[in-house]
Amino acid sequence: MNPGDPIAAIAIASILFVIGLLGVMVRRNLLFMLISVEIMLNAAALAFIAAGARWHAADGQVMFLMIIAYAAAEAAVGLAIVLRMHAAGRGTLDADTGNRLKG
Amino acid sequence: MAALLPLIILCPLAVAVILLLSRGTMPARATCGLVGVGMGLCALFGVIEAVTFLNGPDSTGALHVVLWHWIHVGGFDTSFALTLDRLSLVMMLVVSCIGFLILVYACSYMRDDPDIARFFVYMNLFVASMLLLVLSSDMIAVYFGWEGVGVCSYLLIGFWYHETPNANAARKAFVVTRIGDALFLVALLLLATGVGSLDFNAVIQAAPHAPHAAITLATLLLLGGAVAKSAQLPLQTWLPDAMAGPTPVSALIHAATMVTAGVYLIARLHAVFLLTPGVMLLCAVIGFVTILFAAGSALVQTDIKRVLAYSTMSQLGYMYMALGCGAWQGAMFHLVTHAFFKALLFMAAGSIILRVHHEQDIFKMGGLRQEMPGVFWAFIAGSAALAGLPLITAGYFSKEMILTSAYNVAPLFWLGGILGAFLTSIYIFRCVFITFWGEARTHAHGRTGIVQAVPLAILGVLAIIGGWMEVPDSLGSVHIFSNLLSPVLGELPEEHGGAVLLLIGSIVPLIGVSLAWMLWKPTGRAPEALDQPLVRVLRADWGFDALYDVVFVRPYLALGRLNRNDFIDRLYDLLASVTQFFGRAFGLMQTGQVRRYAAWIAVGTVLALCLAV
Repeated sequence: MNPGDPIAAIAIASILFVIGLLGVMVRRNLLFMLISVEIMLNAAALAFIAAGARWHAADGQVMFLMIIAYAAAEAAVGLAIVLRMHAAGRGTLDADTGNRLKG
Repeated sequence: MAALLPLIILCPLAVAVILLLSRGTMPARATCGLVGVGMGLCALFGVIEAVTFLNGPDSTGALHVVLWHWIHVGGFDTSFALTLDRLSLVMMLVVSCIGFLILVYACSYMRDDPDIARFFVYMNLFVASMLLLVLSSDMIAVYFGWEGVGVCSYLLIGFWYHETPNANAARKAFVVTRIGDALFLVALLLLATGVGSLDFNAVIQAAPHAPHAAITLATLLLLGGAVAKSAQLPLQTWLPDAMAGPTPVSALIHAATMVTAGVYLIARLHAVFLLTPGVMLLCAVIGFVTILFAAGSALVQTDIKRVLAYSTMSQLGYMYMALGCGAWQGAMFHLVTHAFFKALLFMAAGSIILRVHHEQDIFKMGGLRQEMPGVFWAFIAGSAALAGLPLITAGYFSKEMILTSAYNVAPLFWLGGILGAFLTSIYIFRCVFITFWGEARTHAHGRTGIVQAVPLAILGVLAIIGGWMEVPDSLGSVHIFSNLLSPVLGELPEEHGGAVLLLIGSIVPLIGVSLAWMLWKPTGRAPEALDQPLVRVLRADWGFDALYDVVFVRPYLALGRLNRNDFIDRLYDLLASVTQFFGRAFGLMQTGQVRRYAAWIAVGTVLALCLAV
């Protein structure tokens, strides 16, 4: 497989995205869910890079930088939430226990 | 003296407002003082205004006082204006002066009632509304006063509302007169759209050029409104029940003033009514039927106030018959004398009722002649005037004036009037003989105070001599009253057959009184109320109450019960429950689990992509 082949890059990005999505849906541990979200973001970023390389456009790399910034912000907020939950005395990281907003 | 005219209305209104704001904290004596001063000023201003107007340069015209421009919409223009002409002057004097006497009497009558302040708030509000009704030159303001007197009548009939029958009577009076008010309002709207103004003069000037059908409809509706207010057939059922109110209320509202508002209105619009002979005939027929109907009912009543209530109805029937025959002066003259003697009769009856421990059944009174001679003579004066005893009473002259005019229109009306006069003399002297003669069946306590005696005396004198301001040609030809009103109501028509009619009209009441004496003279044993099926029907309003109960009240209540759950409301309930159902259904998706939400987002995105591609 040619490393410069955009099709392959898109395929890898898709696989990564599905892995991340499955991780969010399947894992109950909040930390693992955050990691899965990171994987999904990077999958999207990879797709942009591949597309940018395919059409020789700089936009793909601009988008990549932006997604990195998103990921940083998301990680900061997500981890802050996890820390707050710990500080508030919650003894678990199980996301399913936080269901008090159910309809 | 244009400045005095609004003051006549403002005096009682101010008293009502002051009493209202004092919230019953004012002692009874101060309340009475305030009422006396307020109504005294009102009557005084009324008299001064009348004297200056009649001596003024334009005594046959009208004095207009425009207070402010009220409504100015499109082509419709209304000012809040008062008019004093000779017709409204007569009404204004009746309302303010007789109102003053009755309120003075009421001070004594209601002295021990804890709610005396509330009573006088309503009474003064009533007088103010009634004065507005008779003085305003615009029919919208008349309607305002018309509703005002209706509300006060309702409040005063139900004054002792702790007892259910009183509250029911008040409601009945309100609902039945409301039918008439609705007709009146429709008439006003018709005239307003047709003429563009509700000013009396504008309406009278525009009426001959308007389409005949519209004018007929408008006068018919006005007649309907007047009929309900004056308790004429077929909307008469409220008046006997209205006697549940305190007796001064019956004297002021249900004898002297409010019930005659319709008569005044028709007399005021007589030029319009002249255009519609059919409606006038209907008016005369209504009066004719009511005279006999109410007289028949009064013959068998046992409650002294109900006797007087039916007699009021019957006397108002005379006025309507006179209006229908075009005898405007006769109607107004009878209105004035009727205000004298019926207010007198009600107040005398009130004094009796006060002194015999609130007993109203005449068969439980008896022999009161010795115990209360003053009240006895007052009652006799009123009864004589009501029966129309010849020459010496006011009622005789006014009734003869109506009967003569009726004879000139249709002898049948005259015959009905004479028969009514015959029945009137029987029923009122039945009441007199049973109440004042024979064995005493009850003991009168206390004395009738000077505050009650003076108004009784004044009205007693008026009931006797009040008729001499209008004496027919055959008896001496005095025409003070008709000359007073002729600039507004037109000249008195030529009379025909005066002397013979007068003779018959003089003899019939005397026969009636003699018959009453033969039937109910003291015989040593207590008279008893008849109790036959026919009498029971007569006593119960000729079965009208029962009829209306079956025809209107019960179907209405049944409909109400049927629709207790308000079927229109059900539609809206359905809408609510559908919304609720979908809310619950979608609510199931909100599990509170982030993972599920992520899954939904994924599914949704995939579906959207599939659709897009």
